[in-house]
Amino acid sequence: MRVLVTGASGMYGGAVARKLVSRGDQVRAFQRRPAGLEGVEEVLGSVTDAEAVRKAAEGADAVIHMAAKVTFSGPYSEFAEVNIEGVRNVLDAVAAAGVPRLVHVSSPSVAHQGDSLVGAGAGPADPDRARGHYSRSKAAGELMALAADGPDLSVVVLRPHLMWGPGDTQLIGRIVDRARSGRLALVGPATALIDTTYVDNAVDATVAALDRCELAHGEALVISNGEPRPVAELFARACAAAGVPPARMHVPFRLAWGGGAVVEAAWSLLGRDGDPPITRFLAEQLATAHWFDQRRTRTLLDWQPQVSLDEGFERLTASYAAVPHA
Amino acid sequence: MKPELESSHSLADPLANVSNNGHIGAPGLPVNLDGVDRAWSRQVRAVDSHGVPRTWHIMDNAPSLGGATPAGTLLCVHGNPTWSYVWRHVLKMAAAADPPWRAIAVDHLDMGFSERTGTVRRLGQRVADLGTLTDALELTGPIVTVGHDWGGVISLGWALGHRENLIGVVLTNTAVNQPDGRAIPPSMLFSQVAPARWLVTKGTPGFILSMLALARPALSPAVWKGYLAPYHGRGRRDAVREFVKDIPLKPSHPSWTALHDISENLGDLSDVPVLMMWGPRDPVFRDMHYRDLRSRLPHATVHRFERAGHLLPDEADVAGAVETWLSDLPRARANAAAANGAAGAGAPELVGDIQSAERDRPPLWHFLDERAEDDSPAIIEAPVGGGSGPARTVSWAELSRKTRQGAAGLAAMGVRRGDRVALLVPPGPDLTIAMCACIRMGAVIVVADAGLGVQGLHRAIRSANPQYLIGIDRALAAARALNWGGKAIAVGPGNKLKRAALGASVTLDDVIASGEGLPLPPSPGQDDELGVLFTSGSTGPAKGVVYTHRQIEASRDLILATYNVNASDRFVAAFAPFALLGPQLGATASVPNMDVTAPATLTAAALADAVAASDATQVFASPAALVNVARTAGALSDSQREALRGVRLLFSAGAPVPISLLKEMVALMPNATPHTPYGMTEALPVTDVTMDELVEAGPGNGVLVGRPVVGVEVAISACDSTGVASGELSDEPEITGEIVVRGPHVKAHYDQLWVTEHASSSRPYGWHRTGDVGHLDKDGRLWVEGRLAHVLSTPDGVLTPVGVEQRVQEVPQAVRAALVGVGPKGVQQAVAVVETEQGPRRGGGLATPELAEAVRKAAGVELAAVLSVGALPTDIRHNSKIDRTRVAGWAERVLAGRRGGRL
Repeated sequence: MRVLVTGASGMYGGAVARKLVSRGDQVRAFQRRPAGLEGVEEVLGSVTDAEAVRKAAEGADAVIHMAAKVTFSGPYSEFAEVNIEGVRNVLDAVAAAGVPRLVHVSSPSVAHQGDSLVGAGAGPADPDRARGHYSRSKAAGELMALAADGPDLSVVVLRPHLMWGPGDTQLIGRIVDRARSGRLALVGPATALIDTTYVDNAVDATVAALDRCELAHGEALVISNGEPRPVAELFARACAAAGVPPARMHVPFRLAWGGGAVVEAAWSLLGRDGDPPITRFLAEQLATAHWFDQRRTRTLLDWQPQVSLDEGFERLTASYAAVPHA
Repeated sequence: MKPELESSHSLADPLANVSNNGHIGAPGLPVNLDGVDRAWSRQVRAVDSHGVPRTWHIMDNAPSLGGATPAGTLLCVHGNPTWSYVWRHVLKMAAAADPPWRAIAVDHLDMGFSERTGTVRRLGQRVADLGTLTDALELTGPIVTVGHDWGGVISLGWALGHRENLIGVVLTNTAVNQPDGRAIPPSMLFSQVAPARWLVTKGTPGFILSMLALARPALSPAVWKGYLAPYHGRGRRDAVREFVKDIPLKPSHPSWTALHDISENLGDLSDVPVLMMWGPRDPVFRDMHYRDLRSRLPHATVHRFERAGHLLPDEADVAGAVETWLSDLPRARANAAAANGAAGAGAPELVGDIQSAERDRPPLWHFLDERAEDDSPAIIEAPVGGGSGPARTVSWAELSRKTRQGAAGLAAMGVRRGDRVALLVPPGPDLTIAMCACIRMGAVIVVADAGLGVQGLHRAIRSANPQYLIGIDRALAAARALNWGGKAIAVGPGNKLKRAALGASVTLDDVIASGEGLPLPPSPGQDDELGVLFTSGSTGPAKGVVYTHRQIEASRDLILATYNVNASDRFVAAFAPFALLGPQLGATASVPNMDVTAPATLTAAALADAVAASDATQVFASPAALVNVARTAGALSDSQREALRGVRLLFSAGAPVPISLLKEMVALMPNATPHTPYGMTEALPVTDVTMDELVEAGPGNGVLVGRPVVGVEVAISACDSTGVASGELSDEPEITGEIVVRGPHVKAHYDQLWVTEHASSSRPYGWHRTGDVGHLDKDGRLWVEGRLAHVLSTPDGVLTPVGVEQRVQEVPQAVRAALVGVGPKGVQQAVAVVETEQGPRRGGGLATPELAEAVRKAAGVELAAVLSVGALPTDIRHNSKIDRTRVAGWAERVLAGRRGGRL
């Protein structure tokens, strides 16, 4: 199968590309920076460039669209350009090239309105009520992708929840960096149960979605390990894996949330790049439960996580031990 | 006069105001009313009882029947200030029932979406109006009336006038009489003062709003909207006021006669099955109305929803109860007809001792009769306040004499066989004497011990509704304050004046003295009710359990046979219900110095003193009590230690007993064989096991409770993946499901809990569903795995709590543990909540990483979280049954990132 993977430079995208290559698929990767993937045809470009995307999709049997703007700061227009217009470009390219399968990677936050999710189903994406620019733009993009599902194109939407693994800079990397500099704080009592996804499991689920596109099409499926744990415990295990001291501070939720609002304003006033230390979205994420009913996902994709949380943390520990201060 | 009938299924257009004497007609039903199928709604044009054409609004579930032939019609009548909306769940249930029932809920004229007539309609007229409406509807076939509030009265009025088609009556919180001399409920005082009445009922929607606000659990905004829909604007609320004005509290009231006609003729319905449902948290219809109605419809099947109140059809599963009752109706009708036939042939005579001649077991007073001349002690009560001072003892001869005299004295003061007598006396000689006297003459004892807690006791007494109370002053004062009703008999020393204030003009001693020289009243038969005992209420409000003499006799015989108890045995009862058993077993009972409402107050010294006082051979104590005995064993004197060496049998039950605790007990009582029998308030005992067997079997999935005692059968009904026990009864090994029990000692039925009773005995005849889950092993031994209500429903199937909890409790820091599920059924995550010595007194949080790791290792199942608390909530009586439902709610809050609040 000839597969176009957009956004293969990250931990997840790269792993998907490698997995497809390893089983004999022809993979073309499309991203802004070289990803250094062996056996993969790399095409450099941005999903905001319609023409580049159209070219990249030519001749593909399937597209896995993973490229997205994933940060906590920046004006909405920047998010919309990548996460909405980017999807439009991919859909146009897929239609033009007659590609029959599209796996669109989204996020559970597209359906999340800030309250606790306790054994929740996927729920419809809601661009008006999702929290933060990232989630809103991803929600609109997801709706667009699902709307394109039809007789000529099978679209499956995957929403991996809080992916992590060795080499992850988004979640574990941030926690460990903060902890190392003594700035890691827990929001509230940090007792909320949060489910996460070890990267290898997300990769397997993505490949399963590709293979079962015709069966699972038209649906958004949350992907997770199905092993929710209290936030404090996850933080502590991440720190232990990296050999850094765990969080000692607890910041009350209201303070964190209020602080997040101030910081967000300050960040945008100052025109700072990069992520602010705390945002309202982040404060909410860390103070409310997020775990999901995985039954439908597992039935439709015929997929089970192969790497348990314990095994994942062991691998993380090994990776930190191999590359100190990674 | 031929009634004029006109119906329209479409109310999409607001009906052109039906002009009648210039009054406003009904506007249309709003489009989206929660729980209502619009197809049910229609208008009916018919003449009222004065011959004036009117427009009624009704909801009729006929369109939902899909052409099926209904078994009959439910005629549903609302009260004030509701409308047919109150019956929406019943309409839906009836259409889906098998067989289906047609259900028609009417809006009274001037109420709901029926015509505003501008007239004042009184009770008699409303009953007649309902008649002209049902004439117009041309209802044929069998009819069951269903009424709420004043709709109950109106429906009864209709029922009395339509006997030809009436096959059943359903009532929910209603009254047909204001009992004489009783004050108007404070909540209704406004009804007596015109301006207040205007303001509350018509000027503002206050009456409606307060009714809705009182509902528990709270109504959703959609349901509020539904109830308020027809009552926006003063002009639409005239009848709300008129209904309130029409409550006849005095004979001078114009509706008094009509109400009287209904209430005095309810006896005519004695051959009609009646389902009476009641929510006691009702500020308007209160205990006195409940008692009054019960006395007028003594044959009614009753179910009390203890946590519900006035708006019962919204606060409890009334529709579900009606559905169950309808399915049982053919049988109930046959029974009612048979009972009525028998009554017609003359009531059975009281035949006294002739019955006892035909007994298949000795009566409960067998040992009292046998040992009537025996001066050895029957009851020994440890001195209050410590080991010093003389114990109070009652000999067999004295107990026997007082039992007979007490029985005669009770009869002389008017207590009849079958009357209920609540015993509000702490365990000890007074309680035993009162109990024996009641049993001897056939009064039904209501045993609600203080172990239920004040709230639980209040609920229990109100539902059991006793005619007499025998109690200590404190209990009688509570009875007075909480308006329990019943004639009071005081117990123990006390001040006459103070007691007069409590309404207790006689004491138990007076009653016993008055019985001297009087003949013993006729003995109760084996199938007469003996008493109402209460469950410990660890899975909801305590349930009243009714036993007949035959069943308690069987229970006694099972205990005698299983433990080979004989006249030379003496036992210490550190557990309230068992303090009662002594005389029935023919053994001497010794009550230790402890607060029986808190088992954990039993010290090793108090236990040893009680053993020494009677040279006791047997000890019965709850696991919580034994924990404290172990904790305080260091303070035992040599003589106390010596006394404990005489104990031959040690019983502990009510909750799992750790083997380690039993071993500590054996160290104190080296000659005792520890038994941990299994049973419940509804059937005791069921199985038995000794410590040696427990040790030999080792750990397993649950608590080993042993083999059924001879004469008792145990079966399992397998659980499905959602935790519902629906499997066929089976004795196959290793199948987890609900434990079901059959034996001669299983309870007669639950008291005033018809729905619960129906569910508990829904298995083939004679089997009792225990609500416990467990399995049988290949040797036929029973393992208890928890309560059915506490089973976790995870993505991998059902998970029972006890096995995991036992393993977790092996972790050194863990005192106790509860395994609970968080999240929706089917995807629940398992969470261990561990009680530790260092935990906070109230509430708790995440366990330390060390404890969490140890617990996870021990658990053997995947745990999403480990929480630690200072104290797990337990039942008051045993102080050992963990309220896992409450723990689950707390864990759910904590693990959702919310404030856990009080555990």
